[in-house]
Amino acid sequence: MLLILLVGLSACTSAEQTNTQSDSTSSTYIENKGSDTIVNLALAWAEAYQALHPEVRISVTGGGSGTGLAALANGTVDIANASRQIKSEEQQLAENAGYKPVEFVIARDAIAVIVHPENPINRLTLPQISQIFSGKINNWKELGGEDRPIVRVSRETNSGTHVYFLESVIRLDSKEDKTIFSADTLLLPSSEGIIAEVSDNPNAIGYDGLGYVTDDVKVLAVASKEGAVYIKPSAGTVNNGSYPIARELYMYTKDTPQGAILDYLNWVRSSEGQAIVSKLGFVPYKVMENKLFYYEPPRRN
Amino acid sequence: MSRREEIKELIITRIIQAAGYLSILFVALICLFLIREGLPALSEVPISSLLGSRWYPIEDYFGILPLLTGSLIVTLGAVLIAVPLGVGTGVYIAEIAPTWANEILKPMIEILAGIPSVVLGFMGILVLSPFLRQSFNLPTGLTAFTGSLLLGWAAIPTIVSVTEDAMNAVPRSYREASLALGATRWQTIWGVTVPAARTGILTAVMLGMGRVIGETMAVMMVTGNAPTLPSGLNALFLPVRTMTATIASEMGEVANGSTHYHVLFFIGLVLFTLALIINIVAFIVSHQRIKRAERLLS
Repeated sequence: MLLILLVGLSACTSAEQTNTQSDSTSSTYIENKGSDTIVNLALAWAEAYQALHPEVRISVTGGGSGTGLAALANGTVDIANASRQIKSEEQQLAENAGYKPVEFVIARDAIAVIVHPENPINRLTLPQISQIFSGKINNWKELGGEDRPIVRVSRETNSGTHVYFLESVIRLDSKEDKTIFSADTLLLPSSEGIIAEVSDNPNAIGYDGLGYVTDDVKVLAVASKEGAVYIKPSAGTVNNGSYPIARELYMYTKDTPQGAILDYLNWVRSSEGQAIVSKLGFVPYKVMENKLFYYEPPRRN
Repeated sequence: MSRREEIKELIITRIIQAAGYLSILFVALICLFLIREGLPALSEVPISSLLGSRWYPIEDYFGILPLLTGSLIVTLGAVLIAVPLGVGTGVYIAEIAPTWANEILKPMIEILAGIPSVVLGFMGILVLSPFLRQSFNLPTGLTAFTGSLLLGWAAIPTIVSVTEDAMNAVPRSYREASLALGATRWQTIWGVTVPAARTGILTAVMLGMGRVIGETMAVMMVTGNAPTLPSGLNALFLPVRTMTATIASEMGEVANGSTHYHVLFFIGLVLFTLALIINIVAFIVSHQRIKRAERLLS
């Protein structure tokens, strides 16, 4: 009995010791919060980085871009993840609190709209795509195509791409808009299933991350609105911002990053970090351009 | 028997007994778990919205009606396909087929029973669905009917073997009496043997149905998973979303303890109840057969 007590006691003290140890090295603890879109990517990065640098501990939580940026202004996080740029009010709020948020593009995300190769339609506007998927346009004839019913193909509702497509394409980024996918939209369990159906069925229209698209389907050029230029998705048009169904994914630091946070962000933006971006189906931010890659902190003389 | 052997036998009996009771325990635990996780859905989601016509859980539309009808349509279609083929094959094997045909047919049907459903689904996506779309001129080949065909195929082995057993259980004297009265072979089968084996054949149908309604992988791959309410007879040729496919595709991503989570378990409960009803009906029907046979013997 005494022995058990002793062992228990010593375990307690040793636990306390490790606690104080981690407290004394708290500079290597990075708090990362924000966008739910990025949370998986951020987790993958954090896991890989912690494997390389066991002395750094990164805690990743979601909650949404707004939550992350608000926490940044409150000073409770080191890095905020956001799938949109910081708003001027948020910027103001952070500056009032004495911070100067710095923005880092950490990845890009493009979604290609695809049809059967024999479909004569080559381009669509975003409002047209919205009307197709919400069930307002039901025949290719209405878009100047053949007299065929439109079969809508989508990922399952648990897919982030599904949610992004719902918010940014079907609802055209309007928060008040409560339109949802037409009930007869085929919800396929995998990207491969979408490619299989669209490449086989001349009636089908689908969407998928650019990385999944094969030559068996036709990628449509998309214009943001009637009269705008139609653009095809590619690493180039995604990176110059001309393709409308693409977005940048950001990380914000509350000040010019230093030490462990700077090292982490540099690693995230390195080819190693960006390899994880491709693996998770996003578009890497810049491919092998070391000049733009590394963020040099301004020298203080 | 020596004392040693007695003890050995006792131990073996107890082990087998324990195995039997364990399976009862497991079923009871599964049932309890389903109820515990599924029933909160009833308090979290109003019944009216649970019986709504739209299933879109990420925007809190929890209408399970399209999923229920989806499962029923696929099952009904599969039964319509599998019953004539399965019963026909069973009758052929039991009554008509020469020995050499039986020797080929029976192992073939066993192989059919052993094909994993994911393989069936794969063939459905690559072969059946394009074929159906082109030959029936459908908007898409991913329909309830595609699922029905595949599941009908999967249910045939069950139906064949149970039907065959039922036919073999019909006393020889029935056939002999019928033939002696001058009935042809066809008249004997249609008028005497099949009606005598009726309850057994019904059991076969019920078991086949149980196999179909719980099938997941193949339906998820070929039915298109669109949660639409059927609006007419053509619903068989439109995409549907079944309860099993919904659970399988959404359970992995859902937050533990959320409303969506509870509703998915509630769907599981509905599915469990349906399968239970089918099994109980099959049991009652086959139980009647025993009584009938007893009556005949007395």
